[in-house]
Amino acid sequence: MWLINSSIGRKLVMSITGVFLVLFLLFHSIMNIVVIISPEGYNAICATLGANWYAIAGTSVLAAGFVIHIIYAFYLTYQNKVARGAEAYAVAGTQEGVSWASKNMVPLGGVILGFLVLHMYNFWFKMQFAELTGIHTGSFDPANGAAFVTELFSNKLYCALYIVWLVALWFHLTHGIWSALQTTGLNNKVWLPRVKTISNIISTIVILMFMAIPLYFLIGCGASC
Amino acid sequence: MEKSINVTLKVWRQAGPKVKGAFETYKLNNVSTDSSFLEMMDQLNEQLISERKEPVVFDHDCREGICGMCSMFINGHPHGPDGEITTCQLHMRMFKDGETITVEPWRSAAFPVIKDLMVDRGAYDKIIQAGGYVNVNTGGVPDANAIPISKIDADEAMDAASCIGCGACAAACKNGSAMLFVAAKVSQLALLPQGRVEGAARAKAMVAKMDELGFGNCTNTGACEAECPKNVSISHIARLNREFICAKLSD
Ligand code: HEM
Ligand code: SF4
Ligand code: FES
Repeated sequence: MWLINSSIGRKLVMSITGVFLVLFLLFHSIMNIVVIISPEGYNAICATLGANWYAIAGTSVLAAGFVIHIIYAFYLTYQNKVARGAEAYAVAGTQEGVSWASKNMVPLGGVILGFLVLHMYNFWFKMQFAELTGIHTGSFDPANGAAFVTELFSNKLYCALYIVWLVALWFHLTHGIWSALQTTGLNNKVWLPRVKTISNIISTIVILMFMAIPLYFLIGCGASC
Repeated sequence: MEKSINVTLKVWRQAGPKVKGAFETYKLNNVSTDSSFLEMMDQLNEQLISERKEPVVFDHDCREGICGMCSMFINGHPHGPDGEITTCQLHMRMFKDGETITVEPWRSAAFPVIKDLMVDRGAYDKIIQAGGYVNVNTGGVPDANAIPISKIDADEAMDAASCIGCGACAAACKNGSAMLFVAAKVSQLALLPQGRVEGAARAKAMVAKMDELGFGNCTNTGACEAECPKNVSISHIARLNREFICAKLSD
């Protein structure tokens, strides 16, 4: 199977799962923004995406996307380490135009993964999982998303943690998005700088939308304004 | 104006492919700043011979930047710190008096060390043998203007064809990937009508050989392009990906 046996096939799987995760983030961040504009509206979204068959199907596909992306990430990284050879360079220079993110996709992915587990515990476990199993996991009704958000981000430490997570994600995306286009072949000499710029713009928009929420609570707007 | 400098060289010495290597340090005085890096290496070898020591083995041939033989990793960069040149085109005026210069062989699982700084770059030849050519059916010489080729395509093909197969791309890559080389070799033919015919089969055969030989998976860091002596663009890698994916999808 060429999606496993060939290097470009493996990269294609990485890029398709990556783009799928980016599209999910876009969707997720747009939904999140609603909690600032209207907590009631946000709770309506939470209720719609509770324990319905389509929400569960979506969550399963999403989980599969993550798992495939991560398995391939480790597989590729292992192969690349072997390809590099046993002996490392004594002096390794840096090159202009090679982004820091591109050299640290695995550590960045690791940070993303670590926080993802925390994030699942903070929200998914107390909301969709609680609704599915009927067990009592949080202080509020599973569909009361706005209450969970307010509760978590009233803790300044959590705001800071989420911001760190989002910064790591931003770096991963700045390289990931253009890299995915390059991997699928949707690039050429003229578009190369444009594709990189598009990648930076999309990453920044997605991350700013996410970051708006902990920032909003951090500056104390959650309760009053 | 000619000047001479004294340098300290930290050179990788390795007696054979299976033997463990190590760095040796040599002092070399009165190196003309007008000499090339390889001339400096010749001077070092003369000094070693006069001291009845074994000279350093390194690859070189044309000494004018066209054969791609002079594989040396100098102070952290393939072909040294200067841009868009090969080692043989590197001048000693790029170094300061008293500087320590570290010289290593290409490090890549697919380029095993033969001796000292000389590595076996035969893997690139094997990739070419797998499909980097056109099966020409000889016949009468066609009219020069019978097949129109756009200026853009001709230029891109020519840029790709400037690759000299030196191996700096794989040597520089943190993933040990040979994608820039393979992309250049696939592109130079895929862009022209003569090579287009076998484009799909070529992309598949060359990528399969590249993978078989143990080169890594490209993650688009771009170190290859930055270190390539011929400035081959990574946009050719996008073309290779396109060629390969389309070929596989139409199977
Ligand atoms: C929301 C989460 C994530 C998103 C949106 C995402 C997105 C992407 C994208 C778009 C790519 C580019 C694919 C390509 O070049 O073909 C990529 C590559 C990569 N990702 Fe992720 N990723 C995420 C999480 C992770 C995690 C958890 C890891 C785990 C270790 C990881 C590791 C990697 C690695 C190693 C690469 C390869 C580097 C490259 O090809 O440029 N990613 N990711
Ligand atoms: S692409 Fe550049 S670095 Fe790679 S083999 Fe060709 S000339 Fe050398
Ligand atoms: S010796 Fe031929 S390119 Fe350097």
